[in-house]
Amino acid sequence: MTLALALEQLLNGLQLGVMLFLMAAGLTLIFGVMGLINLAHGSLYMVGAFACATVAAWTGSFWIGLVASLACAAAAGALVELLIIRRLYDRDHLDQVLATFALILMFSEGMRWLFGSFPLYLDIPPLLQGAVPLPGGTEYPVYRLAIIAAGAAVAFGLYMLISRTRLGMRIRAGESDREMIGALGVDIRTLYTVVFALGAALAGLAGALVGALQSVQVGMGEPVLILAFVVIVIGGIGSIKGALLGALLVGVTDTMGRFLLPKILALFVPPAQAGMIGGAAASMLIYIVMALILAVKPRGLFPAAHA
Amino acid sequence: MKKLLAAATLALSVSTSGLAFAEPLKIGMITTLSGGGAGLGIDTRDGFMLAIKNSGNKDVTVVTEDDAQKPELAVQIADKMIQSDQVDILTGIVWSNLLMAVAPSAVAQGKFYVSTNAAPAALAGANCNKLYFNAAYQNDNLHEAMGEYANKSYKKMFILAPNYPAGKDSLTGFKRYYKGELASEVYTQVGQTDYAAEIAQMRASGADGIFVFLPGGMGIAFMKQFAQSGVKIPVMGPGFSFSQDVLPAIGDAALGAKASGQWAPDFDNEASKKFLADFQKEYGRLPSIYAVQAYDAAQLILSAAAKATVKDADAFGAELRKADIKSPRGKFKFNTNQHPIQDIYLTEVVKQNGVLTNKTVEKIFTDHKDAYAKDCKI
Repeated sequence: MTLALALEQLLNGLQLGVMLFLMAAGLTLIFGVMGLINLAHGSLYMVGAFACATVAAWTGSFWIGLVASLACAAAAGALVELLIIRRLYDRDHLDQVLATFALILMFSEGMRWLFGSFPLYLDIPPLLQGAVPLPGGTEYPVYRLAIIAAGAAVAFGLYMLISRTRLGMRIRAGESDREMIGALGVDIRTLYTVVFALGAALAGLAGALVGALQSVQVGMGEPVLILAFVVIVIGGIGSIKGALLGALLVGVTDTMGRFLLPKILALFVPPAQAGMIGGAAASMLIYIVMALILAVKPRGLFPAAHA
Repeated sequence: MKKLLAAATLALSVSTSGLAFAEPLKIGMITTLSGGGAGLGIDTRDGFMLAIKNSGNKDVTVVTEDDAQKPELAVQIADKMIQSDQVDILTGIVWSNLLMAVAPSAVAQGKFYVSTNAAPAALAGANCNKLYFNAAYQNDNLHEAMGEYANKSYKKMFILAPNYPAGKDSLTGFKRYYKGELASEVYTQVGQTDYAAEIAQMRASGADGIFVFLPGGMGIAFMKQFAQSGVKIPVMGPGFSFSQDVLPAIGDAALGAKASGQWAPDFDNEASKKFLADFQKEYGRLPSIYAVQAYDAAQLILSAAAKATVKDADAFGAELRKADIKSPRGKFKFNTNQHPIQDIYLTEVVKQNGVLTNKTVEKIFTDHKDAYAKDCKI
């Protein structure tokens, strides 16, 4: 194993982590402020990807598609909040899970009805095509570097939003005492809609960014959703900082596990078996890490204050 | 006069034999119509229904249900179809892990299973069954063909497949024929969408060729990411990796990729041309390899039903084994384990009139049989 390969894998882990962060940030924000478990977050990710693919195919520009993905996901989020989610805040978590699970099915079938079952085409914009050389003689795709940069920008933007703006102040207040900020005259219903739309927009952005790298198809959100839940459980539900660290931890652990476990096993068993067992073990690794972290810190790395 | 009447009756019965059977036939189709693998199931269903429609037969009913690519759901649907719908034949499953959950119990209950795609090794050898037919291939076949092809100009191959029965069959099949060195053998998760870690290993492996078996959305993700990675090693795979269901979504990143298949849209025979024209007319798109396989499965069932009743399993099975159909593949017959003996070709992804499709390059295997038939005692 060379240093270049290790560096490349580390970047891959970082990129996967950043992508998970975009998903997890919205999820944890919504849980932190409204106490709502939103299983349909993966559907908003899908909406973003489909919006980007469709608009990019119409206009020929990925960038317009990206803007459309933000707008469509935010709009879909706001609409869902106004029509359905709003009625769930006072219910217990089981009702929320059932209702948002129903939303997943409705979104999936709706998308299939609109776009069909075959994956859509969405390509990386010309500006970000290709690969750049890295120290150590290897190359790395420009687009993945761009995703890392976009994730860092979003993390910074969220930090600024929450710590430096009036909206952020209200979000923090909403996290620590819901009734009190209502009593102080803040329009809590609008705040909830805005937060939900913001979370949805982040998911839509992730969907569009990842859609260009993977495939834009119905049901693409659910595998990511599961990972995003792992991330927020590790990070501490409701904590953005926890989501960032949890996402990076999961991204790097998963990538390194897939890369190293078969190699380590190959020292003991024949390569074909090492590949098979190593591959299976690598897919369990993040759940093992989650179990270990929860054993030591049952509420995650950065438990939110009110929980 | 009597003779004349008899002759007329006979002539009439012959001319209508394609239109009606002695008894109605009920077929249960379980396939993947939702989720990431839906494209494969939809092509399966459409190919199958095209053959049924072309036959104009009113005595065949097909009940279709979506398994959502979940084994437990497939088992429930199969039970329901056998017990309450009372189907005679089951078909349509795309994935080998689902087939393993459904087919053995269906044949144990005396129902025929005619597979349109999934063909795990476990059902081709010692555990073959006289009620289980495969109209597609045996899982290893297309991979064996790529192993044979790789011998020509590649010395060190990096091979990769998902960790499920068909994935293991795939790499086993490839290695059965490939004589060169293996740079690495990697199994990924089923449904994995990010291949950065694997592509990095390919780059560092020093391989001169890459073989990937990644059906459906997995292949789309891999090819797009591979094209961006700057790795210049040639990629090849079995036909599924570059089949018509995924090519439009992969885009130009697939151009030039070599694959193996038992059919490609440019096949020059009457049955293939008719199939291609009918399919495009009916559905407005190019058919994939899955559609051809399902089309042939339906043709096989119809050909047997025209001559025997499905209630008489021995007679029906004997008619199925004759494989009296005009397959778009050109040649088609069954081996002793009721899996196909067929030619396998090398294809290349090309762009024709702005549409990505597969073009036949050369024949790799003639009358290819699978490795498990010798263990099957029917």
